[in-house]
Amino acid sequence: MKISNETIIEMYEKMVKIRKFETRAMNLFAEGQVGGFVHLYIGEEAVATGACESLRDDDYITSTHRGHGHILAKGGDMKYMMAELFGKETGYCKGKGGSMHIADATKGILGANGIVGAGHNIATGAGLGIQYKGTDQVCACFFGDASTNQSTFHEGLNLASTWKLPVVFICENNGYGISVSQARHQNITDISQRAVSYNIPGITVDGNDVFAVFEAVQEAVARARKGQGPTLIECKTYRWRGHFEGDPTVYRPEGELEQWKKKDPIPRVEKYILDNQVMTQAEMDKLNEKIDALVEEAVDFALASKFPDISSAVEDVYTDIVEEGRSR
Amino acid sequence: MKQMTYGEAIREGMRIRMREDENVCIFGEDVGAFGGCFGVTAGLFDEFGDKRVRDTPISEGVIIGCAVGSAATGLRPIAELMFIDFLTVGMDQLVNQAAKMRYMFGGNISVPMVVRLPGGGGVSAAAQHSQSLEAWLTHVPGLKVVYPSTPQDALGLMLSAIDDEDPVMFVEHKAMYGMKGEVDDVIVPIKLGVGDIKRAGTDITVVATGKMVHEALKAAAKLEKEGISVEVIDPRTLYPLDKKMIFNSIEKTTRVVIATEEVKRGSFAGELAAMISESCFFNLDAPIKRVNALDTPIPFAPNLENFVLPNDVDIYNAVKEVMA
Ligand SMILES: Cc1ncc(C[n+]2csc(CCOP(=O)(O)OP(=O)(O)O)c2C)c(N)n1
Ligand SMILES: [Mg+2]
Repeated sequence: MKISNETIIEMYEKMVKIRKFETRAMNLFAEGQVGGFVHLYIGEEAVATGACESLRDDDYITSTHRGHGHILAKGGDMKYMMAELFGKETGYCKGKGGSMHIADATKGILGANGIVGAGHNIATGAGLGIQYKGTDQVCACFFGDASTNQSTFHEGLNLASTWKLPVVFICENNGYGISVSQARHQNITDISQRAVSYNIPGITVDGNDVFAVFEAVQEAVARARKGQGPTLIECKTYRWRGHFEGDPTVYRPEGELEQWKKKDPIPRVEKYILDNQVMTQAEMDKLNEKIDALVEEAVDFALASKFPDISSAVEDVYTDIVEEGRSR
Repeated sequence: MKQMTYGEAIREGMRIRMREDENVCIFGEDVGAFGGCFGVTAGLFDEFGDKRVRDTPISEGVIIGCAVGSAATGLRPIAELMFIDFLTVGMDQLVNQAAKMRYMFGGNISVPMVVRLPGGGGVSAAAQHSQSLEAWLTHVPGLKVVYPSTPQDALGLMLSAIDDEDPVMFVEHKAMYGMKGEVDDVIVPIKLGVGDIKRAGTDITVVATGKMVHEALKAAAKLEKEGISVEVIDPRTLYPLDKKMIFNSIEKTTRVVIATEEVKRGSFAGELAAMISESCFFNLDAPIKRVNALDTPIPFAPNLENFVLPNDVDIYNAVKEVMA
């Protein structure tokens, strides 16, 4: 399949955006400027990027605790994301969510999620909503390898396949659920095999190859739009950082990270871009500088923003005991 | 006496029983070599090996289910959920299975299991990792619910929890794991259903649980300087509950404030208040007052979270109000 230069540049830009946004977030966490749980996606950028390239603004995604990449790839705005990481009122969720709970309804982002496995069923529900209304939208469901051991994986795929719902299940197999390697949490190596139980297509791709992810998801999205039901796509990848910032990653075999770093998805695209004259080195450098500036702009925006007003604590939920507001 | 953190005390309780009884085992997510998300099981894997300290897949349903099934067949499992919030995922195994079996089967089967449940907020963990869900548990006949506030209590209660023939829900406050305290050299189990007077006083009773015990003690110290003598009672186990200790204290002080970190609506604090008004109504010189979290999910932003969660100032204010 021939992928257009425009698409390649767009994907490259997104991957670099994710990498740079997260590297900045990593440093901000280390400096104590950003708190709570921060799960980074560095090393896995090709998955969200390749997958979201086939999605339209009106398509949906469900995300995970490791959500920054999905949100950026689906068109999320760095400024509001960064502000949310800081817990500022200008953040996507007015500071109520933090890194682990970012949503943007205008972009179909049904939220990063702190409950492992919750997305399988939410995505299935989004698929039901789409089918019910008869549009040709789809929902892409991102989830980790270890989440496939939750009952929701079975429940979601079973129902989505039975009702032929327009859902693309995209497994980010980074080989671990926190400290527990895949071999220690399930008896299979290719999660795509599980598609057999639901009589749907299942495919495993190199999750560090953005083109491979793009092609697989594009086909699955096309099937879903035509009413042919869900697909399970497993993307083999690796997270470079600890499970969350602060995790010492003692469970990693020596050399494993280094091996994966050699498969860094970004230089792979850069090489392709140069080899095929999609962009010149100078153009790529310029793009990188532009993204650096965007990230700094986002940080400045977040820093300049205020923490939410205390009165907002009782907003966005129905509550009739607001008179109990603190008298401190 | 020795110094121990709250987390170390919980671990020590498990270690003691594991050394004595090979049927005591631990399983949960990342509890093995990783030592648990909060480091509570650190070192136990090295001491007892992977047969007795097991990492499970991320499957709370089968974590609790495995505790039920293995307890029903002779083990004394300690299951760890990484956060109490994940109870939702394993709730059927807990509520419809673990809690019901002994009764429903007329005593044929008992399930001596412990489920460790890190709860509470204050660490910017936001809505899905900060809840205080103890009322869900105290609502269910068949479950016992423990909530220690000090290292000493954590240790003694862990021993009793493991010894118990029924499922015991062991609620821990995640912001207290590093808190140090004195622990007796002679270690004895603390009976479930026996509260503790954390500070004796005469003017007003504050019944508090978990981390709120410390907030209450802070408030009490301040109030003492203003001439108000506060008695702080920590029930330590929410069910069975040491009603007698609470009622006796109220008989003496005639006033009461209840402080828990839960959302007020439908809380265990509400149960306490109802019980007190049923039994102590004519002893009370002022209405009961509760100090709880606001009626919202827990927000991420530190200033909002701080506002939503109750603290020593709220207890102080409540006491002043009840004393007025
Ligand atoms: C229901 C539930 N159980 C446990 C956790 C704690 N937890 C958060 S992320 C995680 C590991 C998830 O692994 P995986 O699904 O492979 O995603 P990855 O982190 O590797 O991207 C665990 C155990 C949780 N958040 N929710
Ligand atoms: Mg994983």
